[in-house]
Amino acid sequence: MATLAAQDLVIDIPGRDDGRPLTFTLQPGQVWGVLGPNGAGKTTLLHTLAGLRSPRRGSVLLNGEKLQRLRRRQIAQQLAVVFQERQDGFPATVLETTMIGRHPFLAPWDVETGEDLQLARDALARLQLQGLEQRLVSTLSGGERQRLAIATALAQTPQLWLADEPSNHLDLRHQVAVMELICEQAAAGCAALLCLHDINLAARWCSHLLLLYPSGEACWGEAPAMLELAALERLYGQSLRTAEIDGARFFVPAANAGTP
Amino acid sequence: MAGADSRAVGALLHRANGLPRLWPVLLLLAVAAIAALAVAVLVGSVPVSTAELWAVLRGEGEPLHRSLILELRLPRALAALATGALLSLAGALMQVLLRNPLADPYVLGLSGGAAVGALTAMLGGLGGAVVSGSAFVGALVSAVTVFGLAHGTGSWTPTRLLLTGVVVAAGWGAVITFMLAVGPSDRLPGMLYWLMGDLAYARSPWPALLALGLSLAVVLPLGRSLNVLARGPLQAAALGLAVRPLEWTVYIAASLLTAFAVTTAGSVGFVGLVVPHMLRLVLGNDQRLILPAAALAGGALLTLADTLARTIIAPEQLPVGVITALLGVPTFLFLLYRSR
Repeated sequence: MATLAAQDLVIDIPGRDDGRPLTFTLQPGQVWGVLGPNGAGKTTLLHTLAGLRSPRRGSVLLNGEKLQRLRRRQIAQQLAVVFQERQDGFPATVLETTMIGRHPFLAPWDVETGEDLQLARDALARLQLQGLEQRLVSTLSGGERQRLAIATALAQTPQLWLADEPSNHLDLRHQVAVMELICEQAAAGCAALLCLHDINLAARWCSHLLLLYPSGEACWGEAPAMLELAALERLYGQSLRTAEIDGARFFVPAANAGTP
Repeated sequence: MAGADSRAVGALLHRANGLPRLWPVLLLLAVAAIAALAVAVLVGSVPVSTAELWAVLRGEGEPLHRSLILELRLPRALAALATGALLSLAGALMQVLLRNPLADPYVLGLSGGAAVGALTAMLGGLGGAVVSGSAFVGALVSAVTVFGLAHGTGSWTPTRLLLTGVVVAAGWGAVITFMLAVGPSDRLPGMLYWLMGDLAYARSPWPALLALGLSLAVVLPLGRSLNVLARGPLQAAALGLAVRPLEWTVYIAASLLTAFAVTTAGSVGFVGLVVPHMLRLVLGNDQRLILPAAALAGGALLTLADTLARTIIAPEQLPVGVITALLGVPTFLFLLYRSR
């Protein structure tokens, strides 16, 4: 069981005011969604929480310890990051790519064991990528690559998931499958924070929401309380309509775009 | 056809679970390297039979053969082996560091610095150890200059390092051309041979072999980390890598390897770019396999090329760089053409 906490955290976006410092804790079992328009700093926040960027102020604590005090390897043994953009570098196969998720657990001379291989294969099967093990990553479709990135994180067996738009490029079925996977992980004692563009995915699967405004303002809390029509309209600068289907609220953009 | 071939190669190189088999390939390449050494010792103006070679290695044999093998051919063959291995390993490391398959040991201007050092010594009428020492200093000056400038005010990216290196290399190139233009004509052949790479300058193979051994000990355990680094610095950091220290290690190792290589044999071209690249086309991109394989294959290639260089128009000798390019270019183009 691991927790990740932001303490008076101000992310460093050049030329932007501090806004409201963030103080929250990802507890085991929680799935946090970060909503905000393009350029609001969702990715910067995610990288800062992963310790990949220095905050302007404040700190990030992993199990109560400051991230800067921990070695990257210690962090990676508990925390996985799914990036929005990926570099291919040199050609590699799907299985090789998944296996690098085991890197934090191996000493320099270690070779992956059968157990590592089994974890990688299970992760691929969980993301419905079985049978593609020997394919080169460069020959995959965008959605398959996205699922491969999530499979790599799954093979890392993290306690904490930080995922930047995990539903990117995915068809509807796989969007649902990925959100269910994250919720399943949370139910098993993990915590997750996802940057999302789809309010409805967030409304349906996230336990907590953090709304990030381009000005640096922010508000956060339990999901039902955060899903205020007016707040969301102000967040995106877009008027919205809401409807209930099977007792759940859904948000769609209004036909005539305009600032409310 | 090509597909069936590559699958057969794949079955040979990969276990059923898809992970690379290291030992068959490395064993094969080690045998090739030893065979190349044997050929280099046996072939030449005075042919030596395998029986005579065996006698000499056991400490017997005629004095003429002893001095021919132990004082002339074996040191030169070992120097070729070490130089080829150093360049090839340095190239493989630079390609990972810059995440660019077109990188080679010289891409950051190291050979230019070494050449200016060596040519300055030659213009001054100095020879032997002074040329080597001067080349080594030139290489290190260039490495430090490029790294310092690329580091700049903080941000450090492969693109910036590459651009800085290419521009510094162009600067060295201009200095070299200037030196060749003003150099006295009787020194020009020696200078040109040095620039193309020539093992006749190799004095003792031991510094290069020692550098090779040490760097292999440092670099081989980093293989899996380099696989992760190849995915980009952010992903690598997220997977637990201390990216900056690793990049420094790789840069320093590759620079020292190259400096020892050019000090031994001048700037032999081509080996450092093409040997790692060829191996990547055939063996895939697992650095745990590519790094040792590059050292062995590069060593074997340069040893054979040097044997050709000193026998093909004997008693005249060609610069070995000409041979490596003439052998390597068609082979590489063929592999590239066949690859998926």
